[in-house]
Amino acid sequence: MKGLVLPLALLAVAELCARTLGIASDTLAAPSQILAACWDVIADGTLPLRAGQTILAALGGLALGGGLGLVLAIMLGLSTPLRRLLRFPIETLRPIPSIATLPIMLMVYGFGYRMEIAIVSFACFWPVLIIGQAAISGIEPRLLEVSRVLGLDFFARVTKVVLPAALPRLFIAFRQAAAVSLIVAVTAEIAMNPQGLGYELMAAQSSLRPATMFAMLVYIGLIGWSLNALLLLVQKHLFGFAAGSQVSP
Amino acid sequence: MANAVDIPGIAAADIPAIAFEAVSVTLGARPILQDINLVVGRGEFVCVVGSSGCGKTTLLRLIVGLIAPSVGQVRYGGRPVSGPANDIALIFQDYTKALLPWRTAYGNVSLALEARKVPRTQRPARIAELLRTVGLGQHADKFPGQLSGGMQQRLQIARCLAQGPSVLLMDEPFGALDAMTRQVLQDEVLRLARAGNASVLFVTHDLEEAIYLGDRVIALRPNPGRVARIFDVRLPRPRHQLTTREDPEFLHLRRELSDFIHETET
Repeated sequence: MKGLVLPLALLAVAELCARTLGIASDTLAAPSQILAACWDVIADGTLPLRAGQTILAALGGLALGGGLGLVLAIMLGLSTPLRRLLRFPIETLRPIPSIATLPIMLMVYGFGYRMEIAIVSFACFWPVLIIGQAAISGIEPRLLEVSRVLGLDFFARVTKVVLPAALPRLFIAFRQAAAVSLIVAVTAEIAMNPQGLGYELMAAQSSLRPATMFAMLVYIGLIGWSLNALLLLVQKHLFGFAAGSQVSP
Repeated sequence: MANAVDIPGIAAADIPAIAFEAVSVTLGARPILQDINLVVGRGEFVCVVGSSGCGKTTLLRLIVGLIAPSVGQVRYGGRPVSGPANDIALIFQDYTKALLPWRTAYGNVSLALEARKVPRTQRPARIAELLRTVGLGQHADKFPGQLSGGMQQRLQIARCLAQGPSVLLMDEPFGALDAMTRQVLQDEVLRLARAGNASVLFVTHDLEEAIYLGDRVIALRPNPGRVARIFDVRLPRPRHQLTTREDPEFLHLRRELSDFIHETET
């Protein structure tokens, strides 16, 4: 509760200033106006539509890019020769800012989901690949030997030993990618794509509706926060065993 | 017995479980093992001793095919080893690393049955039986981290027994355990090996342990690892922790073996 004191105080000051000084601005809005706009966008259906578009694109890109990144991470993590072979291409492609691929993706896919998902997947691919590969090559080698001596086939070795052993760190990779996915989706919308929260934000700005603009900003933050909270919850649920196994007799 | 091979004119019983034929292993430029010739008979209990760095562990890794010989050949049941065989079990010294920490005792044993594609419905009874065999019947739902060192090593043994092994390879399995637990587990391994009529290759640096358990004790010499001498252990079975260790033959062997090891180290 103490954490809320300062933000609430600042909001009150902003509200007070807006009212007493009677600002009529094209760029700023009083907190009460923003709150009203927050409600308006829900009431007129703008928010569900736009948020849905952004979330779909972000999750689609996360699934596609993260999935591909995970597959490659498993292969590289388990094979040192492959890791050496691909180190240079990876280090060359990785620093490309994902949003810089927008013109290419636009040319290939046009406006809409496919273009946005392609850019988001490009962005999500790298953290999952890099962190995932480190996670998998860092697995206790003894466990891999055990799985070979027991005679597990390759698929069973991956699903029953490799992935569970690397799961805590793989999850961190996906959390990182999830945060990136939302940022990149909104960026693509602000820059070009006529859909989603980013587009609505820009539309409000160019039609001089600052209250709506700030309302969109509030919702983007809220969605990002919820996504992270959700993943943390899943993490806690998934790795309950880790806490249990550390209890010494 | 997928790996047994019928050679005309030779009965299967005549083929040794494991045979090393002029095996050398070189890692990079470093020779690890040199010209190893060694035979482990069916149902035989062979112990390997030697100072650290003489390639004891490498010997075991060759048999399960985790590494390949640079020169020579390792045969299992008469057939050259090309990879892990499902009826050769390997028990590691570092049980904390060899068990899956996210699976319970039950789940760890289950892994071996899953690898052998034992139908799901048959697993629970088999797992319960194996856990009871190693004295962990009451601990099926515990995670490895909740078990003591001795119990974790028992769990690893249970998992290996789930493979229904005809060969048990043990890499200093009791090195990290206290003396009491070690003696109890020694007797259990003797009992289990006898019951399953398994051949055992048991690596240890405890000379008394080697004499107590083995039909033969193979002493390795380091840099590079070679077979230095083979001691036949003519002690009656079943063995007993007190009387066997007081047997004049035991004391004689212990003296001879430790003199020999001391010699090779200086």
